Amino acid sequence: MTKVDKNFYIKLGKFFLLKSFRIATLLFAICIISFLLIKNSPIDPIQAYIGADMLTVGPEQRERIAEYWGLNLPVMVQFWNWLSALLTGDLGTSMIYRSPVSEIISERFIHSLVLMIAAWLLSGIFGFAMGVIAAMKKDTWIDKIIVWYCYTLASTPTFWVGLLMLIIFAVWLGWFPIGLSVPVGSLAEDVSIADRLRHLILPAVTLSIVGVANVALHTRQKMIDVLASDYVLFAKARGERGFVLFWRHGLRNIALPAVTLQFAAFSELFGGAVLAEQVFSYPGLGQATVEAGLRGDVPLLLGLVIFSTIFIFAGNLIADLIYYVVDPRTREGWRI
Amino acid sequence: MISSLNISVEAGEILAVVGASGSGKSLLAHAILGILPSNAKVSGTIKFNGEILTSARQEALRGREIALVPQSVNYLDPLMRVGKQVRTSVKKGNEAKAQREVFERYRLKSDVDKMYPFQLSGGMARRTLLSTAMVSGARVIIADEPTPGLDPAVINEALNHFRDVADNGNAVMLITHDIESALKIADKIAVLYAGSTVEVAPANNFTGNGEKLRHPYSKGLWRALPQNEFIPIPGSQPHPSTLPSGCLFEPRCVKATLECTKAQPVMRELRNGIVRCIHAT
Ligand SMILES: Nc1ncnc2c1ncn2[C@@H]1O[C@H](COP(=O)(O)OP(=O)(O)OP(=O)(O)O)[C@@H](O)[C@H]1O
Ligand code: SF4
Ligand SMILES: [Mg+2]
Repeated sequence: MTKVDKNFYIKLGKFFLLKSFRIATLLFAICIISFLLIKNSPIDPIQAYIGADMLTVGPEQRERIAEYWGLNLPVMVQFWNWLSALLTGDLGTSMIYRSPVSEIISERFIHSLVLMIAAWLLSGIFGFAMGVIAAMKKDTWIDKIIVWYCYTLASTPTFWVGLLMLIIFAVWLGWFPIGLSVPVGSLAEDVSIADRLRHLILPAVTLSIVGVANVALHTRQKMIDVLASDYVLFAKARGERGFVLFWRHGLRNIALPAVTLQFAAFSELFGGAVLAEQVFSYPGLGQATVEAGLRGDVPLLLGLVIFSTIFIFAGNLIADLIYYVVDPRTREGWRI
Repeated sequence: MISSLNISVEAGEILAVVGASGSGKSLLAHAILGILPSNAKVSGTIKFNGEILTSARQEALRGREIALVPQSVNYLDPLMRVGKQVRTSVKKGNEAKAQREVFERYRLKSDVDKMYPFQLSGGMARRTLLSTAMVSGARVIIADEPTPGLDPAVINEALNHFRDVADNGNAVMLITHDIESALKIADKIAVLYAGSTVEVAPANNFTGNGEKLRHPYSKGLWRALPQNEFIPIPGSQPHPSTLPSGCLFEPRCVKATLECTKAQPVMRELRNGIVRCIHAT
């Protein structure tokens, strides 16, 4: 039974208070910046709204649409209107999908989440294992191959790997479908879980192939440090070796940093997903972001910016929290 | 590089190892256990019960037949509760019982069991390190500076414990700066200088002005103690990378002659002890 001091809960409370303040100020800053950026960009929201019907719409109608969306008001007033709507939970309506932004985001997010979780787990597990193996076999050919792989992959663009995977596994070998999250032309209720999985594998593997580099290199370095530490030397002096040594002293000391790193890597995961989804025509958040950007869907773009900020912040928060709660040096640190 | 060790520890004996900081005492301990870094070179012989230790035997023996009390608290795993670290050192018998008994003996409260190393005071950590070796049931215990920071009562407890262990037919190698406490329990004292053993003498030779000692360095070390003449030896120990080619002590030795610069003296027997000095009598 772990004794936890009540000081710990006070500290934890302060921690959350500080973090809430952080996210509030961060979101506010992000809102202002992205709003101003978009307002000053060449995007014409009316054209985005009307799309291909542009030619049939006269100047009067344009004027009425602008008035309807409040586009003639001063920028700060527009910002204020948008922000107050935002605070009541209304993210506005997407111009290209013609439905509420919150609905689009939540629907797309489910798709992306499955993809990201799969990629996150795969890259975490394989990256960790690769790092451990490289460190245990330091300076052998296995180590050299792993390190070479990681450095090469770290500098390879995700979309390029994605294209390569598509060409090899979908086009040449035909093992996997070329895109989308469900078979083309089938009704939603006819789609089986197996189908969804088949569509998920290529993008998830692509994301993981690129994603292992960071965890693997980090874990390798950490493991090398641990193996050179005095406590591993002493464990050897007590007759421990091989797997027992790794299990008792290695894993314990490298697992925490690795898990933390994985949570902190949410931002890369999100960035990777945007590219991978585009390549594989996977209808997730990433694809929606590209669409919104290209076609000038301002409300959707702003909603996505806010959502991704929260998502990445959550990853970092979890990372911090794990260190705070799991590491005994912080958990039980106030007892003496 | 550790050179010319010529150390042997017999059952029933306590051998104290003394020498200035950086003379390689900890390296000697690690060499015996075979846990030196892979780039280290060792020459000379290490004997266990009269038999020469090979690296295969070292690996088989460590933790079971030979136990180490390491020098610093960093040798405890920072993320493992200390009770568990002691229990995993037990090689035969009931782990939990052995750990409770040894904690009691060293006056560690029962809640120390559940603590992490960072929660221990320096003294508690040392007693934990001592415990790991004491529960191992090893026949040779190598203790690297086990006593600094402990209060006198616990020091006595630990020293008596070492004596008991030796009297039960085991061997103890006690590395220390504290020659005075070492003399209370040790049978033999080995003096280290710049990585090699310069003398091994019976403990009772360390009396008076050191007349009974053989090597000029041992005499100097003995006289430099506060309770004796308190005169330090002029100069300092050579750096391991710039060792003199002759006798390692030659640059600081008052009895040095030209002959001393020619080659490292070999270890020779002299008056019930051994010494590495061509002029020793
Ligand atoms: N014979 C040697 N060959 C190479 N390096 C040596 C030798 N002796 C000492 N050293 C160097 O000096 C450092 C200290 O050695 P060591 O820890 O064995 O000294 P010590 O006698 O235990 O000192 P202390 O009393 O401070 O614990 C070692 O890390 C090593 O780098
Ligand atoms: S061999 Fe010579 S230099 Fe070395 S200790 Fe003896 S007398 Fe001194
Ligand atoms: Mg030392």
